Amino acid sequence: MSELLDFNLVEASEALKNKKISSLELTKAYLKSISDTSSLGAYLEIVENKAISMAKESDKKLIDGTARPLEGIPIGIKDMFCTKDIKTTASSKILENFVPTYESTVTQNLWNDGAVILGKLSCDEFAMGSSNETAAKGNVINPWLKNKKMSPGGSSGGSAAAVAARSALAATGTDTGGSIRQPAAFCGITGLKPTYGRCSRWGIVAFSSSLDQAGPLTRTVSDAALMLNSMAGYDQKDSTSANLKMPDLMDYLDKGIKGKKIGIPKEYTQDGISEDIVKFYEKSIDLLKDEGAEIIPVSLPHTKYALPAYYIIAPAEASSNLARYDGVRYGARQEASSLDEMYELTRGNGFGDEVKRRIMIGTYVLSSGYYDAYYLKAQKVRRLIKEDFENVYKQVDYILTPSTPTTSFELGKKQDPLTMYLNDIFTVPASLAGLPGISLPVGLDKSGLPIGIQLIANSFDEPGLISTARVLEMSAGFNFIADGAAK
Amino acid sequence: MPNKDTIVDVPTVNKIARLCRLDIPEVNKESLTNDLNNILGFVAQLDEVDTSNVEPLASVTGHKLPLRSDDVNDGNIEDLVLKNAPESSSGFFVVPKVIE
Repeated sequence: MSELLDFNLVEASEALKNKKISSLELTKAYLKSISDTSSLGAYLEIVENKAISMAKESDKKLIDGTARPLEGIPIGIKDMFCTKDIKTTASSKILENFVPTYESTVTQNLWNDGAVILGKLSCDEFAMGSSNETAAKGNVINPWLKNKKMSPGGSSGGSAAAVAARSALAATGTDTGGSIRQPAAFCGITGLKPTYGRCSRWGIVAFSSSLDQAGPLTRTVSDAALMLNSMAGYDQKDSTSANLKMPDLMDYLDKGIKGKKIGIPKEYTQDGISEDIVKFYEKSIDLLKDEGAEIIPVSLPHTKYALPAYYIIAPAEASSNLARYDGVRYGARQEASSLDEMYELTRGNGFGDEVKRRIMIGTYVLSSGYYDAYYLKAQKVRRLIKEDFENVYKQVDYILTPSTPTTSFELGKKQDPLTMYLNDIFTVPASLAGLPGISLPVGLDKSGLPIGIQLIANSFDEPGLISTARVLEMSAGFNFIADGAAK
Repeated sequence: MPNKDTIVDVPTVNKIARLCRLDIPEVNKESLTNDLNNILGFVAQLDEVDTSNVEPLASVTGHKLPLRSDDVNDGNIEDLVLKNAPESSSGFFVVPKVIE
């Protein structure tokens, strides 16, 4: 079985097309690995029968020569994506019995391209969190240093843990302020957040609509390219979807970076960042320089205000989006004698603490008398942050930063909400500016935990992002496997 | 933005909870108030930024909102719409009695 798990997405796809392996045996190997690694708690729902029947369908197409780009590839889906007839809870108690009657555009795109669904992956409740601890059914365990019970990061913690544990060949995630890149960094895998508008938001449980983007979590940069090829695309059903064709990213894997300019923002090496991360950050700069890139110091002066602006804008949008959970149209309902009491009890009982905090903050900053001071102010600062990037992209092609200030931390060490928010300090700025970013593993810290480095490109330059990330990936040569991964 | 530490008190928290229809148990109110004050105190650092003459940014797409013709393209799915409702009857969502 083990050699089947050794294939990354691109290799498995080749092996399937050359008929060296079948989708059924590959899918069965992953179903076994889901059961072998079940103590990590990455999956909320496993759809074995559906996986087997999709795999058989793929095998037919592989034989009759009508194979599609992701034919027969078994993947996991973050529980934020609505999947028709498969329970979709967003890791929340309020949606514990929700079974969508429709399919999200991104997942439909993946099935149209031949991917096989293994199941639904845990995440922070409504994607609000950075440790996967806000999930209603409990945290996921990072497969790295498994016995120490480290956080997989969040909010796409289940997705990152499953890919690192080899219980999914790849997974979907959503990223609002870092929810793909931070867990990818914590779990030693690759996570790509595309440009805002690249992937349709239709059918994704809404958190903060001006920031939410779907993207892939994979083992390698080329895997991410292949998967994003299928996920992305214009969709009439999302009014913010970009009507812009993305080139085939697989054509950009080996373009190299000779003559490209890489910006190093001085604001990203601040107090509180771990020494090992600084060391590998500096090493990554040197590696890119050796590959022919020009390294240019740059400044993004409003970086320090990104997190406070985010913690006004995201909760404001969340408080509005989550108003739909009213116990009337879907989700759990608490019985009460009056309508208002029913709303209050349903929502009070159905939402977890972090979600409640964000709804409260969002409601406050949007309320009469505070709207200008908080919400409008944050939107103005958001423009300044976007302008910082626009100015820097006049001088450089890409920006290199650490993905996170620290590596993974132990689960259950109670942190106050603000300390938790600081996890996303390096990922939030690109989110506010709508820019594509990728986190890839470049090394291990002293305790043996993965370190992620982030590359940020200009809007819609996913092709260049892939070329550059691939160069860093090849020269960093990260080839460690988590001790908690399926064998 | 007001001074840190004293931004919201328990009566204000009650008022916000009422606005967003969230039942907050009495025992949790003090810690929630503290959390909200910490968060609001943290975001108050935006006051340091000069934003005079800066337009608010609501969308990063830069494109105009696309329009489509107003056609029904998914009609006759009443059953699907009501499928996840906690209570429905004769094609309607059912809520507790609103008018006495």
